[in-house]
Amino acid sequence: MARLETPEALESFRQEILSRRDPDSPCVSICAGAGCVASGADEVIAAFEKEIEAKGLSATVSTKGTGCPGFCEQGPVVVIYPEEICYLQVQAKDVPEIVAQTIENKQVVERLCFKDPATGERAVKESDIPFYRSQQRTVLCNNIKIDSKRIEDYLALGGYAALAKALGQMTDLEVLEEVKKSNIRGRGGAGFPAGRKWEGSRNAKEPIKYVIVNADEGDPGAFMDRALLEGNPHSILEGLILGGYAVGAHEGYFYVRQEYPLAVKNIHLAIQQAEHYGLLGENILGSGFDFKVIVHQGAGAFVCGESTALMTSLEGKAGEPRPKYVRSNVKGLWERPSVLNNVETWANIPLIIDKGADWFTSVGTDSSKGTKIFSLVGKITNTGLVEVPMGMTLREIIYDIGGGIPNNKKFKAVQTGGPSGGCIPEHLLDLQVGFDELTKAGSMMGSGGMIVMDEDTCMVDVARYFIAFLTDESCGKCVPCREGLRQMHRILTNITKGKGKQGDIELLEELAETAVEASLCALGKSAPNPFLSTLKYFREEYEAHINDKKCPALACKELINFYIDPDRCTGCGTCRKQCPADAINGDKNLIHIIDQDKCTRCGTCFEVCPPKFASVVKLSGEPVPDPVPEEARTIRKKTKEKG
Amino acid sequence: MGDIQFEIDGQTVTAVPGMTVLEVARKHGIYIPTLCHHEKLEPFGGCRLCIVEVEDRGWTKYVVSCVFPAAGGIIVRTRSEKVDRLRKTILELLMAHAPDAPQLVELAKVYGADPNRYESDPSFCIHCGLCVRYCAEVARKNAIGFVDRGINKEISFVPEIAAQYCNDCKECFPLCPTSYLQAAFVYAQAMTFPGAGHN
Repeated sequence: MARLETPEALESFRQEILSRRDPDSPCVSICAGAGCVASGADEVIAAFEKEIEAKGLSATVSTKGTGCPGFCEQGPVVVIYPEEICYLQVQAKDVPEIVAQTIENKQVVERLCFKDPATGERAVKESDIPFYRSQQRTVLCNNIKIDSKRIEDYLALGGYAALAKALGQMTDLEVLEEVKKSNIRGRGGAGFPAGRKWEGSRNAKEPIKYVIVNADEGDPGAFMDRALLEGNPHSILEGLILGGYAVGAHEGYFYVRQEYPLAVKNIHLAIQQAEHYGLLGENILGSGFDFKVIVHQGAGAFVCGESTALMTSLEGKAGEPRPKYVRSNVKGLWERPSVLNNVETWANIPLIIDKGADWFTSVGTDSSKGTKIFSLVGKITNTGLVEVPMGMTLREIIYDIGGGIPNNKKFKAVQTGGPSGGCIPEHLLDLQVGFDELTKAGSMMGSGGMIVMDEDTCMVDVARYFIAFLTDESCGKCVPCREGLRQMHRILTNITKGKGKQGDIELLEELAETAVEASLCALGKSAPNPFLSTLKYFREEYEAHINDKKCPALACKELINFYIDPDRCTGCGTCRKQCPADAINGDKNLIHIIDQDKCTRCGTCFEVCPPKFASVVKLSGEPVPDPVPEEARTIRKKTKEKG
Repeated sequence: MGDIQFEIDGQTVTAVPGMTVLEVARKHGIYIPTLCHHEKLEPFGGCRLCIVEVEDRGWTKYVVSCVFPAAGGIIVRTRSEKVDRLRKTILELLMAHAPDAPQLVELAKVYGADPNRYESDPSFCIHCGLCVRYCAEVARKNAIGFVDRGINKEISFVPEIAAQYCNDCKECFPLCPTSYLQAAFVYAQAMTFPGAGHN
């Protein structure tokens, strides 16, 4: 197939692709995203290919490795079309059965379907699974349908139709107006209206302009951008070309973190394929619009996700933020107008142009339109990526989609917005998710990380953890961030070790204020959020650590002691045998005792004590009872009480 | 282009477009403290000590004056309770590294900074970058640079270049607010190019 010279040629090429595909012939889609690959997806793909070949079905059944559909907890995920039968936790050994039952005999293999833990009911289709049922997947939904290495898959689903529409039927200004009308706010975190950002660049005097994809996702536990880059790279590329057209840029950049090698590979491939078909390069679809794209690999510094640091890094210098009060969309990369948007923002653009701004604004809250992808991790039953309409409550996300907190533990807080976001407590669970709503609660949208914490989490330790991360990732250019975070980290560490002093909270508040007000870039300005939000909602935990040397969540190692309840100990010896510090004394028929001086508080005894005895307990802020006197240590065998 | 008029500490000042608030203030004899600023060098915005309060169309914000562009109608306050508090904290943070640096000691008196407020970690360099930038922008030798990131960031001489040029130049020496640079140079010389340049 040669270059496509007109929008009509693209359309007829699409029809040709569709005509070659029989919608009724079976297709096996296996998630080849990072999570599923880690649980064996590659072997599953190979097993399907081998089995289909062996059964002589290759001519009628197709197999493809696709992008991540989000339900990582239950991977590898396999979806069989056209029936959309969804199998979870599929292993290579399940493949012959699936081929024989489902593909040859149209029978569902029940044991591989999702089983509702509450009702025991099986869900056959993807859309019947509660995890997916409450989501609204407009951006993520194509991941499971696309082999990201094949542009034909994207085209078959209507890919590049938005580009054809824009270049064929709309002026560049009309594209901009449509994006402005959609009110889409940047999905990277700050939530600046994308249309206004674009307009600023378009109106800037300098004629050479750039559009850039921020694919430097560095939040711990977040992988929304990764899933899109790996799963549907053309959607981001198409968005970028549309952006270039709207602002008058002829050059675009992907700034991708090096730690995402598959994403880098897939984008390179997508660019090549788009160039091959004349969807990228000179005179795109015969419109006269020229646009080229360059991929740049970042070296994995978290700060390079900050706009000015990213651009400095793109220029080939150390990725440090610039101290400027002129926005990057007017003076950015090489001092030229540069529109920088996050992966998810760009992926939304083709949908907005294709379906219209009104379609986009029909979803969401007053100030936050459209859907948002979150990466739901932590103490949650269903870990994975979820895409929900803005305005859905945290409770719906965590309980309806996420399936709640495992092991009958109590919900404590959800941390949103990545390392510099904040922790939202239980009484705010009905908060609607949106840019302004989260900010008002002392947190932020960020790029969409959502870490759920249960009752065993110490909030002071959480603040310490995130501040530690940010201290490590600070570029070190400005004093409030480099030095302020260093001292905050020290003070927080002391508090979690029981060395907190009166006045520490005030000192932390002062450092936080200095970082917020005086830091050079957003990393420093938002870095105190984990501390400020945990102080706001969990102040009593700080006070307990400082005043009573007590960790209410029983999590801070230096503030807890392990103690064996003499009434419950059966002398089974499990803890004694596994104690790495030889701190447990005991024998058969002898109540075990922990030598507190020898104990390293590793928690092994607590973990290995059989739940039916549960004799090891954690204590904090209270004295450890004296050990049982020697003469009372013998355990008298009780006669088994049978019921 | 017409002059810009605005207010600093109640005084009406004039500027031409492109000037920073710090430049305008200095031109009018209004003092704003700085540590990383140098007239011959590109603004760095690293020490954040020149932070000021700016009221712009009813909004109050805190900006660093060394890079904030002068604009008509803004009201700048070089001292306020909050500005002083921020400067005090910045000084205290720096004094944990260089408690006796004369510039810091002097400023500490003005802002009531306590050099022992934070756990001390005497590393002496306060990362103002004056040496690095002077060598790059004025001397054009790039004999000294920053290495590493964040709290591990430090200045380091490039032995090959330093051996060749530094003994005859040393123009960066008097710029260093803590004298750490000289120590770093002597150390680098002893370790990597001993004997070079000794007359």
